[in-house]
Amino acid sequence: MTDVAAPIRRKRVLPGFTLSLGTTLLYLTLIILIPVLALVLKGAEIGPERFLRIITSPRTLAALKITVTAAAVATLFNALYGLLMAWVLVRYEFPGKRLLDALMDIPFALPTAVAGLALTALFSANGWFGSVLESAGISVVYTIWGIIIAMTFTSIPFVVRTVQPVLEDLDPTLEQAAVTLGARPWTIFTRIVFPAILPAFLAGSTIAFARSLGEFGAVVFIAGNKPNETEIASLLAFIRLEEYDYAGAAAIALVLLIMALTLLLISNLIQIWSARHREPR
Amino acid sequence: MNTLALSPPRPRASLVPKLLIGLAVVLTALLVIAPLTYIFYRALSEGWAVYAKNITDPQTLHAIWLTALVALIVVPVNMAFGIAAAWAVAKHRFPGRGLLVTLIEIPFSISPIIAGICYLLLYGRQGLLGPFLLEHDLKIMFALPGIVLVTMFVTAPFVAREVLPLMQAQGTEQEEAAVTLGASGWQIFRRVTLPNIKWALLYGAVLCSARAVGEFGGVSVVSGNVRGQTNTLPLQVELLFNDLNVVGAFAAASTLTLIALVALVVKSLLEVRGKG
Repeated sequence: MTDVAAPIRRKRVLPGFTLSLGTTLLYLTLIILIPVLALVLKGAEIGPERFLRIITSPRTLAALKITVTAAAVATLFNALYGLLMAWVLVRYEFPGKRLLDALMDIPFALPTAVAGLALTALFSANGWFGSVLESAGISVVYTIWGIIIAMTFTSIPFVVRTVQPVLEDLDPTLEQAAVTLGARPWTIFTRIVFPAILPAFLAGSTIAFARSLGEFGAVVFIAGNKPNETEIASLLAFIRLEEYDYAGAAAIALVLLIMALTLLLISNLIQIWSARHREPR
Repeated sequence: MNTLALSPPRPRASLVPKLLIGLAVVLTALLVIAPLTYIFYRALSEGWAVYAKNITDPQTLHAIWLTALVALIVVPVNMAFGIAAAWAVAKHRFPGRGLLVTLIEIPFSISPIIAGICYLLLYGRQGLLGPFLLEHDLKIMFALPGIVLVTMFVTAPFVAREVLPLMQAQGTEQEEAAVTLGASGWQIFRRVTLPNIKWALLYGAVLCSARAVGEFGGVSVVSGNVRGQTNTLPLQVELLFNDLNVVGAFAAASTLTLIALVALVVKSLLEVRGKG
């Protein structure tokens, strides 16, 4: 097919095509595709009736509800915080700006177990934050708020790091024109800046949401993991494995996998859509 | 004042940046700086002697060694994979390139714990290959191979993602010139391509190492948590925490935090190099 499609214009000049593509495909197949296929096959083995029974059992439903709710709240916060950080880091000059910028990478670099440990101790009754909150009658550790905080921390960089480059590349002449026409700063932001960064903002938020749905390490420390109350879906899958209930684990994992891949697809579609609408530079 | 009717009201406009910067700094201090400092504060809360004793605990030392070993296996393999993938996609045209790039990125969107479950369903005793492995007395799960494989899954995109865009941006002209001068494939790669991508390659390797060292969810499924045997450092943190040895957990965590901070510093140095 390729030989017919492009016979004269481009013959393969550079060597190593078969070797490099072969290595890539072999590695992807062995490391990623076959294990994922194993999950799908195991999931298919369960059969639709039993699969539904597992998924609609009260404990699974509660775990899924807690996971989605906490992830949604964490994403909402990070969308706003990320937007603020991107704006501040791109548009203003102030001392300590580079440090603030570097700090945005900490949640990615820090192992999730370490983040979970630190947040748990910080928010427990004798921690820096916990002691203040407890005296106000608010407990975070072992409640859904703990889950939300853990998810928030681990997905902080997504919105900042996707919005930042787009904001940097934004054509300043549009805003200058708006200023000369007498537009107020808020109008300029909502009518010019925000529409331009919206695709990146949505894509970043989608990935943050996906990451929060799958977060495990940070959450298990702080959540207390009470069934039906503070048990997240990925932990329930883990518990099913430890009970040697492989069907139960596979079913829950499959649901999480489908959610993750759907969100990846949505994020990619947003980016493709925005690439089409962006003016050629 | 009223004579300047055309200019927007100034005092309000200058207050907004200060408010936004202040809000950004306060939120970041609470969300990022506080947890980071708290790790060292708690690790050292009982003094340096206790800290040293916690770090040199045989199980923690073994966990540090195992974690380093896993990273030493995973990172070079991922560098080779990243280069191969980037070379195939960036230097050649073939149908399905977009799909290939998406496949490489899949581990980013799959939760590590799901990756762990995938591996258990493949290599575990009840897994698809379970009977075969048992028959040939091969142990992959709850042993080093399982930990390495899951870490490879989780970190697969890290090097490729850094090297690929750079190779694409650099095009194929230099390599094509080398071909016309009679260079062999290996010579082209070593003399032309590698010098061009070395900083991106290192950058990817640093990110990959940091991620490999800190992997928790996937590893906790396949490691079996055998104390002093298959416990990596992040798992050791959890174990100490569950043992109510909080200061010990923070000591182990501080080691991981230091690695993360070093990785970030190296990363930003490489970014400067890469641009220059």
